[in-house]
Amino acid sequence: MIPGKAARPRRPQLTELRLGALAVAPLLVGVVPFGVIYGALALQSGIPAIPAMAMSSLVFAGSAQFLLAQLAGLGTPALVMVASVALVNLRHALYSASVAPVLAPLPRRWKALLAYLLTDEAYAAAIARLDRAGGPRHWFLLGTGFVLWLGWQISTAAGILLRESLPPELPLDFALPLTFIAIVVPMIRSRAALFAALAAAGVALAGAGWPLRLGLLAAAAVGIAAGWAGDRRRSRA
Amino acid sequence: MSFWMVMIAGGLVTYLTRLSFIAAEGRLSVPRWFRAMLPFVPIATLTALIAPELLRPGGEWAVSLKNPRLVAGAVAIVTAALARNVLLTIALGFLVFLGLVWLGATPTP
Repeated sequence: MIPGKAARPRRPQLTELRLGALAVAPLLVGVVPFGVIYGALALQSGIPAIPAMAMSSLVFAGSAQFLLAQLAGLGTPALVMVASVALVNLRHALYSASVAPVLAPLPRRWKALLAYLLTDEAYAAAIARLDRAGGPRHWFLLGTGFVLWLGWQISTAAGILLRESLPPELPLDFALPLTFIAIVVPMIRSRAALFAALAAAGVALAGAGWPLRLGLLAAAAVGIAAGWAGDRRRSRA
Repeated sequence: MSFWMVMIAGGLVTYLTRLSFIAAEGRLSVPRWFRAMLPFVPIATLTALIAPELLRPGGEWAVSLKNPRLVAGAVAIVTAALARNVLLTIALGFLVFLGLVWLGATPTP
């Protein structure tokens, strides 16, 4: 739809909502398989079907949910699991800062709702529209966020049902590290990123036997610091 | 703490992160060091999970071609680097892993 024509319909809210829902449709191609894999892997890690399903609305963040499934399967202490989720989802603060000026005039209940729906994909699909001036643009973000939420719930349920129909001895647990490889490797595009990965891998391997899974948090901290330091050296040179 | 409490706490932390700057209504800005750090968070965290799964599955070192997780993981890393395709990476890595196990490798050496 041409933005100029969409600007003055009879019910601009519904138009924005519909445009948001349409804008996110292509992203569902990537999101739905992830949801299916999450549902299946959560069960494989020993999480029962009901909490596995509930996690998709309680946490509603793909990578954090994969992480929790993995950590739960390893018998990780609760506080380390929560700290890991907090770390992995830190990037959402950036999205929050980015949309804050557009949402500032809205009533508090709108802010509360849109913050809940502010995932990587909803942000990616909506930010171009939000940056443009005028109109009830928050309805657009509601459209992208809600369609993604619905797609995530349905695909999680499909994964749970799929796992229940597969043979239980299939070593599906290995699909988790493979999923992480598929996410991380394309992110390593700079020397600093490579430093971060190698430092994290080294500390994680050395600390694999440490109590309370503290090796994981130490590896994440050292890896982040290594990448950051590598970046600073480059920008100073 | 039960797993339900972990999920609720994890969900709350996630929600408050998403709400943070929206609730502050532009009165806060993102510090530069924080922004500079963020790209490395997923790289470091996820690599920290991957490495022991490939090289120390079950806790013991298994640096050997007889370790199907290491071989299949290496195939997946190369696939991801070349094809940058999530589903292809998972599918190829998993097929290699299943193939090696079928040929007689121990799934967790």
